[in-house]
Amino acid sequence: MFKGILKDQSVQTSIGVIFILLIFGSFILPEWMSNNFMYGMSRGLAVLGLMILWRTNLVSFGHALYYGFGAYAVALCQKFFGVTDIFLRLLIAVAAAGLLGFALGFILRKYREIFFAMLSLAFSMVLYGLLAKAEFLGSTDGMSISPSTFFGTELGRIALFNFIGLVVILAIIFAQAYLRSSLGHLTTAIQDNEIRVEYLGYSVEKAIHIKYVISACLAGGAGGLMAASLGQVDPDSMVLWSVSGELVFVTIMSGLGNILAPFIGAVIFEFIRTYAFEWAPQAWQMIIGGTLLAIIFFSPGGLWSLFQKLNFLRKKNNE
Amino acid sequence: MQFLTTVLLDGLVYASYLFIVSLGLTITFGVMKILNVAHGSFYAWGAYLASIAIIYLGENEYNSMFYYFSIFMAAIVAGLFFGFIIERFILRKMYGEDIHLIVLATFGIFWILEDLILIVFGADPLMPYYPAMELGGLEIAGVYQGVYSLTLSGLAVVVAFICWYFLKKTKWGKLLQSVIFDREVSVSMGINVTNVYLITFIIGGMLGALGGAYVAPTISISPGFAIDVVVMSFAVVVIGGMGSVPGALIGSLMVGMIRAFAVHQAPVLELFIIYAVMAIVLIIKPQGLFAPPKPRKI
Repeated sequence: MFKGILKDQSVQTSIGVIFILLIFGSFILPEWMSNNFMYGMSRGLAVLGLMILWRTNLVSFGHALYYGFGAYAVALCQKFFGVTDIFLRLLIAVAAAGLLGFALGFILRKYREIFFAMLSLAFSMVLYGLLAKAEFLGSTDGMSISPSTFFGTELGRIALFNFIGLVVILAIIFAQAYLRSSLGHLTTAIQDNEIRVEYLGYSVEKAIHIKYVISACLAGGAGGLMAASLGQVDPDSMVLWSVSGELVFVTIMSGLGNILAPFIGAVIFEFIRTYAFEWAPQAWQMIIGGTLLAIIFFSPGGLWSLFQKLNFLRKKNNE
Repeated sequence: MQFLTTVLLDGLVYASYLFIVSLGLTITFGVMKILNVAHGSFYAWGAYLASIAIIYLGENEYNSMFYYFSIFMAAIVAGLFFGFIIERFILRKMYGEDIHLIVLATFGIFWILEDLILIVFGADPLMPYYPAMELGGLEIAGVYQGVYSLTLSGLAVVVAFICWYFLKKTKWGKLLQSVIFDREVSVSMGINVTNVYLITFIIGGMLGALGGAYVAPTISISPGFAIDVVVMSFAVVVIGGMGSVPGALIGSLMVGMIRAFAVHQAPVLELFIIYAVMAIVLIIKPQGLFAPPKPRKI
């Protein structure tokens, strides 16, 4: 599965881009900018998960379930067991979301199209309903999270930034390896014709289940990292349905073309939001909504398809 | 006994307004196969327009009949204006696209309209309590209940009746049913489907706005208050069956009663239990409890 993965062109590009970003972020960029990169990269993990699902034409309007579950798992482990180690935190978030995804996957793998979207929405709202009313979890105020540590020493902002960058690289390698494996190639086949895949001897439901768990793990990791970098978890900004909508929006904005696209998209989203909030605090949602409509109308393939068009034009000019 | 009456009354009032709102949503879905997230914006706009009018009328002590007139006018204006713009300039260009893309587009519209409210009406909460105060309250089996909320149930019954009559007894209703059954055949039979879609969307929007406008005097209205209504009406529509009018009725009664029971008995579970029911219905009967049977086409 991982054979020759480092020779894969998009993995090489991704690693290169992220390394450059890490160097810039650590030494040159002002704090607010590298913060945006940090949040963008964390959220990008969840978007990557959604992208993997979307390639089978499954769109989850409830992925904030795993995003929030990962974040709350981190918060709870700190509250009850005092866990602040960043590795443990990530591990806990991924494992918790993965387990939840594994359990719900048994149900969701039978659903397609709008029913899949609706059922995942219902599940995420169930979690929201619990968290928003649970007093000991801080209800709508959420909980605060202390700074992460690494074997006992407290992690600074830059160190956390680099850690997230490394996690992203690992996730990209893993996801690309998955997509290149025969299991991953089933993705497109299932989208084309499920019955044929069954006749070829693969179980469609199993393939979708595995994909769903991977996607849940990625979203959970994103939630965990986001909790660690924001220092705060709360249901309204982590589990509510509009958060799921935002994640789906970033997915369509980035496009499904490339493994790096989700991270670029998430970072751009983070910047659009910051700037929109700065310029027009009353109308930042309007700007985001307008961007969404513009992308759906003028570039349904997402930003990545714009890159591709540029590449195409350049090649044409060279000839 | 008193507890039961409270729950029943509360549930009924809540169900009535949920029914009006989700009826709009389910009609839009049934005819156009669009899951309209922006439905919540209709609700919010209806509520805001009505509150502005009611507060103006109330402060100048106009005749109280004007309150009700302004409520209906608010619903009609909001539905007509935004319904026309959204359908004509955005959704019409998207029919036949991936259903998820259309949901996302309505989500974008929802965002835009939310901020438009903030820009137009400001962030201060509005409290158009005049009509509710004027009608006062009465005691039913030892439970105090505002009369205005009870008229909401009356309105829901009227809306349900009009809708049933329209769909089953008029020529327009028959046209609508044929469009629901098969769009292409309807076109070839000479039905102007483009117009049917536009009118359906506007009526759906008006119903959403009517729900918001009529409930406005009983609540305090501030930006972002529609965000809960969106998913709540989604839950109703999913429980009842997407595109089914009786389903919307049963779904809203179920959600209203369950919520009222939870609010009085176990407030912690208020939201949880509604969505749990939604999930369970989806697991057991994904089409919803009352989904219209899908005709098999050859």
